[in-house]
Amino acid sequence: MTRSVIALLLVALAAVLVLALAVGPFPLSATDVLRAAGRLVGIDGGSATSGEIVLLRVRMPRVAAAALVGAALAGAGTAYQTLFRNPLVSPDILGVATGAGLGAVVGILLSLPVVGIQGLAFLLGLGTVALVYLISVALRGHDRTLVLVLSGVVVGALAGACISLVKILADPYDQLPAITFWLLGSLAGVKLGDLGVVAPLVLAGLVPLVALRWRIGVLSLGDDEARALGVDVPRLRIVVIAAATLMTASVVAISGVIGWIGLMIPHIARMMVGPNFNRLLPAAMLLGASFMLLVDTLARTLARIETPLGILTAVLGAPFFLWLLARGRKTWG
Amino acid sequence: MHYLLGLALLLLQAVPLEAGEIKDATGRTIVVPGRVERVMAAGPNAAVVLYVLAPQKMVGWPSAPRPNEREFILPAARDLPELGRLTGRGDTANVEVILKAKPDLVFDFGSVSPTYASLAERVQEQTGLPYLLIDGRLERTAASLGMLGTALGIPERARAIARYVVETEATLDTGLQDLPESARRRVYLARQPNGLETGLTGSINTEIIERAGGINVAQRAAGRGGIANVSIEQVVAWAPDTIITWDANFFASYASDPVWATVPAVANKRVYLAPRLPFGWIDAPPSINRIIGLRWIAGLLYPDRFPEDIRTTARTFIKLFYQADVDEAQLDRIMAGAQPGERRR
Repeated sequence: MTRSVIALLLVALAAVLVLALAVGPFPLSATDVLRAAGRLVGIDGGSATSGEIVLLRVRMPRVAAAALVGAALAGAGTAYQTLFRNPLVSPDILGVATGAGLGAVVGILLSLPVVGIQGLAFLLGLGTVALVYLISVALRGHDRTLVLVLSGVVVGALAGACISLVKILADPYDQLPAITFWLLGSLAGVKLGDLGVVAPLVLAGLVPLVALRWRIGVLSLGDDEARALGVDVPRLRIVVIAAATLMTASVVAISGVIGWIGLMIPHIARMMVGPNFNRLLPAAMLLGASFMLLVDTLARTLARIETPLGILTAVLGAPFFLWLLARGRKTWG
Repeated sequence: MHYLLGLALLLLQAVPLEAGEIKDATGRTIVVPGRVERVMAAGPNAAVVLYVLAPQKMVGWPSAPRPNEREFILPAARDLPELGRLTGRGDTANVEVILKAKPDLVFDFGSVSPTYASLAERVQEQTGLPYLLIDGRLERTAASLGMLGTALGIPERARAIARYVVETEATLDTGLQDLPESARRRVYLARQPNGLETGLTGSINTEIIERAGGINVAQRAAGRGGIANVSIEQVVAWAPDTIITWDANFFASYASDPVWATVPAVANKRVYLAPRLPFGWIDAPPSINRIIGLRWIAGLLYPDRFPEDIRTTARTFIKLFYQADVDEAQLDRIMAGAQPGERRR
């Protein structure tokens, strides 16, 4: 049953991929597509046409990035929700996106080149979660999870305040619009080179999640049960947080802040395949990739200008999510 | 052209000169003290106008000149304190600090929509300072300068600046008169290091490009134009023949990008960096500092119709508007990347 669901999701993803590659403002001829395909398998058709360049260097990286971002955010969300045994948790619960946002706006304020902005976003995303974790360890409350989440809320609020401060300091003509757009998320500027850096980082986060999938699944039973089954809970918690944070921070660095995916997609996946982490993770990642691809395709084709992704995910996601909830299916546990 | 000039100057003098009372652009009647010696600019647009018209009357800047801008600003003005903005929204000014600076008059230069009129009214009520709202639209510049000349008590200076504006407009109109639609240049404004932020037609950010006869490829779909993000694929599809950027990072990096290389403007080496010292040439702030941008863009787009040497023009403009004598080296710094066929620094 679940195998067929996953197979179905794979087919859906492939269909959305083809659709996303096919549409865009630049008209592609059949020749462009054939020549580009030829070039991919090593047949050099001479100097590249504009259409070929658009397909190979603009659309393909962007489509790949959209799938990667969606999969990573949904995967990280699934890991967090399982770890905290709470369906309201999103990848940002420990402040990774807010921290990355702060890094990016500081980069924009300092007029850094794109790579610098992305790098700062990545580092501050990781740094924020590391800080949250260290604070929660130092506080040593009774309820580890509660202390962790509260530290995340506090540090996130602090980072949010710093973002507001940067907005006040920023140049209103030049930097302020850039900051606003970055905080709404967009894949408009993604390049092939960005993918080469981000994809390995996402993979590095994904490997431990996949390798430890059984133990992470056991976590959903509760800390005591997990301990009874021989799982080193504190260590596993660090690994899951680090892996999910790495995935989120690296994609947020190229896409900007995109809400909803990490919260909503794991839910929908859970409705399809149930709460078992082993099956939930691939289902959520496939679904996240397809959803993000659809949203990004809309973002670049709705108008001649880009529609920010954060707006679209919320506008599309919120009603759909409400509808799912209204169907009243039990989704947790 | 001379007829236009005469007409405009006549209009300037027709502004009512009732002693102590001034009707501002929103139709509000403001009581202004007989002698206006200390003036505060409410925002960055107004600050440029005030600095150009009456630097000796400034009490401070909404945001102080940055280090690289200081050398082009008169010594007496560049060390004035930073007071923040006081436009009634997103203010950073502390009202007590403003009152301590004892301005006789506050004015803003920009939108005169009912929202801004009511904001101005609120600021005036709260501070008790006369607050003038001046129409900052490009096409109203000459008339607005005339009104300010009266309000600030410097009609001669205002007339001299307005004359330059009117002359520039007349030069543009004459030069662009019989320009066929097919010969018009298609321009893309690239903002941000990735060059993918732009201004839509009719936006205050691209107004100068459009007034100078360029077609802004980023046509707005609906509503007022503003700043938008676009994809590189869209830029390739638009195929602009000229790119104006004001981001030094983008200007340094676009050439090494194979995707940008497919854009005609890049292939034909028609990418120019907009000067921004001491104030921007096409924006930043959208005030009278943009007048030089009109001449610059017109010359870039249609060199046959506007053959004037932009360096000479720039020097005259900077002398007249900012009262700064710039040498060759300074001019090089201001205009880096702004001219065709220039050696890249």
